[in-house]
Formats: sequence, structure tokens, C-alpha cells
Amino acid sequence: MAKVNMNIGRQPMPVRSPEERRRDFLEVALGYTEELALNEASRCLDCKTMPCVSGCPVNIAIPEFISKIKDGDFEGAYKVINRSSSLPAVCGRVCPQENQCEAKCVRGIKSEPVAIGRLERFVADLHNAREREKTEPVSNNGKQVAIIGSGPAGLAAAGDLASFGYGVTVFEALHTEGGVLSYGIPEFRLPKSIVKKEVDNLKAAGVKFLTNTIIGKTLTVDELFDMGYEAVFIGSGAGLPNFMGISGEGLNGVYSANEFLTRSNLMKAYLDSPDTPIMKGGKVAVVGGGNVAMDAARVAARLGAEKVYIVYRRSMQELPARREEVEHALEEGIEFMLLTAPVEILGYNNPDDKRDAKNGFVSGMRCVKMELGEPDEKGRRSPKVIEGSEFEIELDCVIMAIGTSPNPLIKSTTEGLEVNRRGGIIVNEATGATSREGVFAGGDAVTGAATVISAMGAGKLAAAAIDKYLKEKD
Amino acid sequence: MYKIVKRRELNPTVVMIEVEAPLVARSAEPGQFIILRTDEDGERIPLTVADFDRERGTVSVIFQIVGATTYKLSLKGEGDYLRDFAGPLGMPTKTEGINKVCIVGGGVGCAIALPIAKKLHGMGVKVTSIIGFRSKDLVILEDEFEAVSDELVVMTDDGSYGREGNVCVPLKEKLEGGETFDKVITIGPLVMMKFVTLTTKPFGIPCVVSMNPIMIDGTGMCGGCRLSLVKDGERVTKFACVDGPDFNGYEVDFDEAMLRSSMYKNFERHAYDAACNLLKKEEV
Repeated sequence: MAKVNMNIGRQPMPVRSPEERRRDFLEVALGYTEELALNEASRCLDCKTMPCVSGCPVNIAIPEFISKIKDGDFEGAYKVINRSSSLPAVCGRVCPQENQCEAKCVRGIKSEPVAIGRLERFVADLHNAREREKTEPVSNNGKQVAIIGSGPAGLAAAGDLASFGYGVTVFEALHTEGGVLSYGIPEFRLPKSIVKKEVDNLKAAGVKFLTNTIIGKTLTVDELFDMGYEAVFIGSGAGLPNFMGISGEGLNGVYSANEFLTRSNLMKAYLDSPDTPIMKGGKVAVVGGGNVAMDAARVAARLGAEKVYIVYRRSMQELPARREEVEHALEEGIEFMLLTAPVEILGYNNPDDKRDAKNGFVSGMRCVKMELGEPDEKGRRSPKVIEGSEFEIELDCVIMAIGTSPNPLIKSTTEGLEVNRRGGIIVNEATGATSREGVFAGGDAVTGAATVISAMGAGKLAAAAIDKYLKEKD
Repeated sequence: MYKIVKRRELNPTVVMIEVEAPLVARSAEPGQFIILRTDEDGERIPLTVADFDRERGTVSVIFQIVGATTYKLSLKGEGDYLRDFAGPLGMPTKTEGINKVCIVGGGVGCAIALPIAKKLHGMGVKVTSIIGFRSKDLVILEDEFEAVSDELVVMTDDGSYGREGNVCVPLKEKLEGGETFDKVITIGPLVMMKFVTLTTKPFGIPCVVSMNPIMIDGTGMCGGCRLSLVKDGERVTKFACVDGPDFNGYEVDFDEAMLRSSMYKNFERHAYDAACNLLKKEEV
């Protein structure tokens, strides 16, 4: 067994300097070198109890893959991860490891946890850079499965089902595959070439992708069964963006984070001469404190904003975004207005000139200061308005990043598909089975906005359950 | 890729294309829309379904050349391909429970009004159509409307064809003259639809308007197409792509919708000029 090195600290991730990266869309984190990866791997205690594995939503055999890295068998390490995860290069970049595997790492008790995510990314990137042996489609067993949505849940389910021998077709509403990986997460955090590679791998394995096909509109779930699909997996994502319901949200310059990020990421509005417009420059406030809020703020800065604020009603401690994203945002000059809540978005209105081009555009936002009350039953301290604390900030653009509600398109056209009070599809947690026979679901369409890895895990779980269901059906 | 099988210029700036899209043609209904992209990296633009042929597997859309994307689209000929063509999106226009209807179309909005008139006429509904244009050379689809209307009134702002004036003039005359309709359905520029609702309101006739705001995905994901309805004094946010595009005209906040439609005006003007300049250079 390789020796454990107790003398070195967690190896830092090489990143491009804030000055260099804050105005472009190239990837921020550069990835470990082989030396850094070997050093970091040597910090792993290879605990027999493997607490890290229990922290991983898809239970990757973490000590096993790190041991392979210690041995210099990087491809072997990749294969270990790939047993449990379909998207290692993606998850190594976007997983909130500090709340998952790394939160359980024994090394984290006295010093810092092993950088599991960075090691995952290292082996995945090495694997992807290598010349590929051609993936041959597994011989088709004659049964067809339909997957709705090509985000992390759909891609994971498609990959597993294809490897089990099913004919798999993925239906995507947009013109590009990848779901949130394409429209939501910006290039500088997840290069689209990585997403494309994952999709191309699936295509090589025989998975068919039909873009521009909206299930619930172009075709219904029932029509998929009529067409000969014997099982359906719904991984359609979260859907409708939430707004606060305050005055001024209809003004020009108010975006949902979904719209702002889609314009920049999917429609490539960040390029020099895009066909799709986006507001660039000026003063921007992003309302919310999750990863999506951080992404929107950092995109706004890169598009040339002179000032970008994060407006969040709780304090730094409660920010739901990944620590690393918050740190990167701070380094890039994003200003955090904490314990602050908007009460009204203010608009420009020139009463003397109805044709003034600025009429109807955002001019600012009225906010109140908040304080945190006693913790509720979940332990979260709920914010309360401080009386008389109102103030105004000058703005040109407001981006609402306060979550999404499930999309009604599939639910409203699929009879017998049960949803909960919030509109999420109800499933058996162990199998992903819905109230309709042969229909399975997973990811944000079930849970509401969550993480890439949990969606991927749900896709894998459902793929196994679909396999079992179709075998038992015979 | 989606093939353009037929292309027809209806007037100098309005073009109709018939596109091969069998899955869309299968389930499209009047009042719904599609989203297309001309080329890779092109903009997604929503266009309302003007006609569909389930047997041929084609969907027709009519567009006015107003910006860079519609300009590029206008250059595509028969046999050329569109990169993307997705739909049908939005809710179909409700046609139940109508015996007598007045359809009020303005400009290129008539392209959207026509399939609704056609469907209602086919159901045996008595259809009165009022269609309005700026001038004679912009008149489109007159024969098509004639074929599906019990009565057709053509208006031009400058009086160069049909009657002079806007569409509200004959509508008001009819209503004041005691004519009644179960519903008025209006499609056209926002300002026209606003005035149609103001005209019909005193007569207590339900008035449906078709909204066509800026949108990206068209499936309820981006929220760009939101508009405000005012119901019993309360403001409610709705998404045109999934809740509409048809709305109760008496509830729509038209002033906000008009401001929102101008959000990218400057950008569009520059993009249009740039697209034209680029093509001029290529010609040289």
C-alpha cells in the first residue's frame, strides 16, 4: 500500500488570475498537473470505513480511484469513477464537493479534506485528452426506451440504458443537447466542448438525439408509447423561473437568471457579434445567493458591467452557493450586499418626452436591510426586515436568481402522472417509477432545482429500474 | 434541417414560407407558434403558424422583414434549409362555444388571424373579418380572407385601398349599430390591439388578443416573454409561451408590453445594418 503523506497540505488548484480572467469566458480553473495530483492523492488515508463514499450521491468508490492515482494508473482511476458516474469531467467541475464527499473526509477533521473533486477532474480530463478507442454500439436487444431531456439526468440514463443493450432516443426541446450544462452553466466554469464530448460519446454508443422536439407539445408521452417505446424516462428539468412579485419586474433590463444565462451561454451572446442580444455593461444587481446567482454575476462582469452586486437577504454564512464560486466571485470584484432584500425595482420615466429611449428601463432598486432571527426547525435563521432601513441603489439591470418551479408541459399532457403540491413529479425514490406504468422520472423535474450529480444519480437509478421493469415485463 | 418547399412574397416586406416539418404539422393548431433558427449560431425567433398541411407534413409561417434575422430568413429560397424549426408551441386559440365572431387583423398579424378565421369558418361559425394595413401595396391575404369570411372589410390608413381609416372604425360602427358577436379576436400591432379592446369594452363582448413578445426557448424556461395581467386590481405575471399566446384583452397591461417589445430596439437596428452591409460586401 502506498504511503500516506501527512506532511503536505491540500494542494491548491491552479487558476487564472482574477485580472486576467474577469473579462473573458475561458475556463477559470486550470486543473491539477500530474505532480499536484500525485501529491494530493498521497494525502488520502484510504480509510476502511470510507466515509467519503457515503457523502457521494452516486457512491463513487473514492478511496479505490485515489489508490489507482497513487499507483500512477490514471486510466484505471477513470474506470473506477466511470462505474458509478457517467459525467466525471462535468461533476469534477461543478459538484459541491465541500457539502458531499469532502465534507466526510477524515483528513478534514484536523486539517483540510482531500481534494476529491479536483482529482476526479484530473483523471477525467486525462482520459478525454487521450485518443479514444472507438466506442462500438452494444448490440441492440430490440427494445426502445425514450428519454425526455438531454441534461445530466437524461444523459446518465441514456448512457446506462445503451450499455444494457436498449435502443435509446433522447428528445431535447432546444436546438442543442446538454440541458442546463449547455444553457445554464457558463463556459468559464464548464467548457461546452466537454459537454459536447459527453454527448458525442453517447452518439458513438448508438444513442439517438432528436433536438427541437418538445414532449408535451410536439409529441406526448402517450404518443411515445404508441410509437413503440416501451419505457419513458422524464428528465425535463426545473422549468419556469420564479420572480419576487415586487413592483417593477416587468421593466426592461429585468431578467430571470435562466434568460440571462441562456442568452449568454446557449445563444452565445457573449461573442463579439452575436445574433442574440443581451444587455452589456452598466450597473447590475443579481438577486439570490445560489450557484446560479454567482454564475449570472460573473457573466455580467465578463460582459463588461462596471459594477455587479449580489443582493442576498441572509448573511455570508447562509449563502447556498459553493464556497469556491463565492471566492471566485469576490476575487473578480463582485460586491456582496448581504442581509439585503429588494422591495421595488425602479424604472426610468421621462414625463416630458414619451419617446425618450430610456423610458421603461431599470434605473435602480429600493431595498431594505435585514437581520437574522431565531433558527427555524431546519436550523436556518429566517431574515426579518429592519424597520426604517430603506435605501436605493442605482442600476441598469436586475437579474432574478431565486429558483424555478416545475414546467407544466409534460404534466398537463400526461394523464395519470401524479405531481406534488409544488408541481414536482412524484416518484418511488428507490426506482424513479412514477404513478404511470413504464414512466420513470428523475432530476429537477422531480426534486426542483438541485445539483448536476443528484440528477445524474437519479438518471442512473432509473436506468437500472427500467432495465429491471422491461426484463420482468417479458 | 428543415427544407423550405415553397416561398411567396405577399408584399415587398412580408414573405410566406412553407417548411417541411412533419412532427410539427401533425399536431399544430391555429393560434400556436413555432421557433426557428436560420443557421448555426442564429437567433431563435418565434413565428405564429399561418397554415399547416398534415398530409404533406408542412407548416407555413409568414414574417415581416424587421431585423437582421428576418432579413437573413428572407434570403432563403425554395429548396434551402432552416437549421431549426421547433413546435408547435403555446396554446391553440379556443374556438368552442362561438356562433358569431369578429376577427380583427392588422398588418402582418393578419397572417396569424387567417388560420383562426379558416378554422372557425370550417366549423360553421359566422365570421366577420376586418383587416387593416397602412396602404394598398401592403395589403396581404385578401383573397384568402374573402374565402373564409361571411363579411370582409379591408381598411387602409391612407385610403389607397378599401376604406380609409383604422380597423376600430368599422368595428365601432357595427357595435354601435347593434351587431353583436360572441367574441372579438384581434391580432396585430400592440397599439392596435389595445385600441380594439377599448372599442369593444363598452359593449361587454369578450375580446381575445394574441401576444407576440420577445422570447428565447418558448417552453417556459427563460421567462423573457412575461407580461402582466391585471385581474380585479391584482397584477399577475404570465408567460406568453406556455400560458398564451392568447389572453383576455381586458386584462393585458399593453403599455408595459409595448415598452418591453422595444427592449432591444437599438441592438436590432445595428444588427440589421450590419447584416445588410455584410451582404452588400459579399455581392461586390
